[in-house]
Amino acid sequence: MIEFKNIGKTYPTKAGQVTALDGIDLHIAAGEVFGMVGASGAGKSTLLRLINLLERPTQGELWVDGDNITALRGTGLRQLRSKIGMIFQHFNLLYAKTVAQNVAFPLTLNRALSAGQIAERVSELLARVGLAGLAHAYPAQLSGGQKQRVGIARALANLPKILLCDEATSALDPHTTQDILSLLAQINHELGITIVLITHEMDVVRRVCDRVAVLDGGRVVESGAVADLFLHPQHPVTRRFVQEALPEIDPLIDAALQQHGGRTLRLTVRGDPVHQPLLSQLSRDAGVDCRLLSGRIDRIKNLPYSQLVLSLSGDNADRAIEQLRAANVHVELLDTP
Amino acid sequence: MPTFWNLLDWPEITEAGLDSLAMLGGALCFILLLGLPLGIVLHLFARRQLLASARTYALLSFVVNIVRSVPFIILLILMMPLTTLLTGTAIGIKGVIPPLVAGGVPFFARLVESALREVDRGVVEAAQAMGATHLQIIWQVLLPEALPGLLAAATVTAIALVDYSAMSGAIGGGGLGDMAIRYGYQRYETEVMLVTVALLIVLVQALQIAGNRLVIHFTRR
Repeated sequence: MIEFKNIGKTYPTKAGQVTALDGIDLHIAAGEVFGMVGASGAGKSTLLRLINLLERPTQGELWVDGDNITALRGTGLRQLRSKIGMIFQHFNLLYAKTVAQNVAFPLTLNRALSAGQIAERVSELLARVGLAGLAHAYPAQLSGGQKQRVGIARALANLPKILLCDEATSALDPHTTQDILSLLAQINHELGITIVLITHEMDVVRRVCDRVAVLDGGRVVESGAVADLFLHPQHPVTRRFVQEALPEIDPLIDAALQQHGGRTLRLTVRGDPVHQPLLSQLSRDAGVDCRLLSGRIDRIKNLPYSQLVLSLSGDNADRAIEQLRAANVHVELLDTP
Repeated sequence: MPTFWNLLDWPEITEAGLDSLAMLGGALCFILLLGLPLGIVLHLFARRQLLASARTYALLSFVVNIVRSVPFIILLILMMPLTTLLTGTAIGIKGVIPPLVAGGVPFFARLVESALREVDRGVVEAAQAMGATHLQIIWQVLLPEALPGLLAAATVTAIALVDYSAMSGAIGGGGLGDMAIRYGYQRYETEVMLVTVALLIVLVQALQIAGNRLVIHFTRR
């Protein structure tokens, strides 16, 4: 659906040319939820804005829905933009218009529908985002979560194929963030809309994304399925992002447990095996003792996973490790240098 | 014994009052009509706005600044040939309106530019992302979102005009300010001056109150 081919973006400043993006190659499939993470200034905002050409690439090719849009202008550009919805961190609603007028706004721009059809579409959209009774309210009267819902309804007005989310939940409290992410997941599931979102919170990615790209200094340092990046991050930048969501071993606890000897392992289980009584089976069959150092049992989108760091002590530690591997548990030895 | 009030030529004061209103009303109409587009154009070429162009903006700015730099009373006199060309006379109400417009347009345009700058650029970006044309953005986003600021700008301009119009006395323009200068300054008839100034105060207060009410009505934040 969206293809970045060797995309680069530089712009002139007083201090010379600044490279915002360098050699980006990415492919986003139709119907998937694709995340882009990175620190501030990593280029993710710029990359997102290339998709609807709010920013233009200075190098490379950009393909959206089978068309090369790299040099698109004028009417063609406006048509492209009407197929792509966008929501923003600070909502960007028109304060002088009511909620219904805000949602209808994209529809009034291309004048394809009659007033009655517009009103109908607006009602449907407001119902879908859960704001049915607020059609005549003004944005100033709404909470942050409600404003973002209006933003989402507005972005969906033209029945787009792609939805761009620029840090859509960064200005919301955790509970509201959950609600909005659930709404986005629902929209993706029910309408099949491709969603590209940028965030600096890995937890957002964990909850809704299928695949993710990590950006640093204008380059993609790692990309792939969320489960892979989350559970087995390769690049140091990726590790840093994941670690904010998966705290590592507390050094004091680790020191205390070192006294007991044994092997320190990180176990990762995905999918149904999460529900197996892993540790008790291990103790019984292999006769080892397990001490948990840290752990998390959660979901990546719809995939349950568990990741545990533990210390195995006893004579049969190696046999235990083999048994685990045989049971499709990913074992990482943390104590070997 | 003749009282203070009997000393005053009320018919003349009334005529002056009506003249002032005519001057103000006439000039304000043209100022709003010409100043609004100028202000919009200035804003569009400003840094990081829709048509951002440092050179064009610098040029427009320069021209606007020059007109603003000229003291109004000098503008009145300098414009006399042009005024005669436009209205057939360089004195009276008709003679005052062109210079008032010339002085008021750059003034109002700058205030308009300032009011438009207050509109969150994110909202403009959102409109672009929806595929809006520049005209649609100006008409349906910038102007409605900036409306309270634009109304405040019009109010400030109207009140500044009251000040400017008082100087029209220098060319026999008529109006309350003219009367205040002629009777109060040139003839030392202080009562007349006081009364005309009092009426001007009432006028300015009324304009400000009306302006404030309009701004409040259109503010939906």
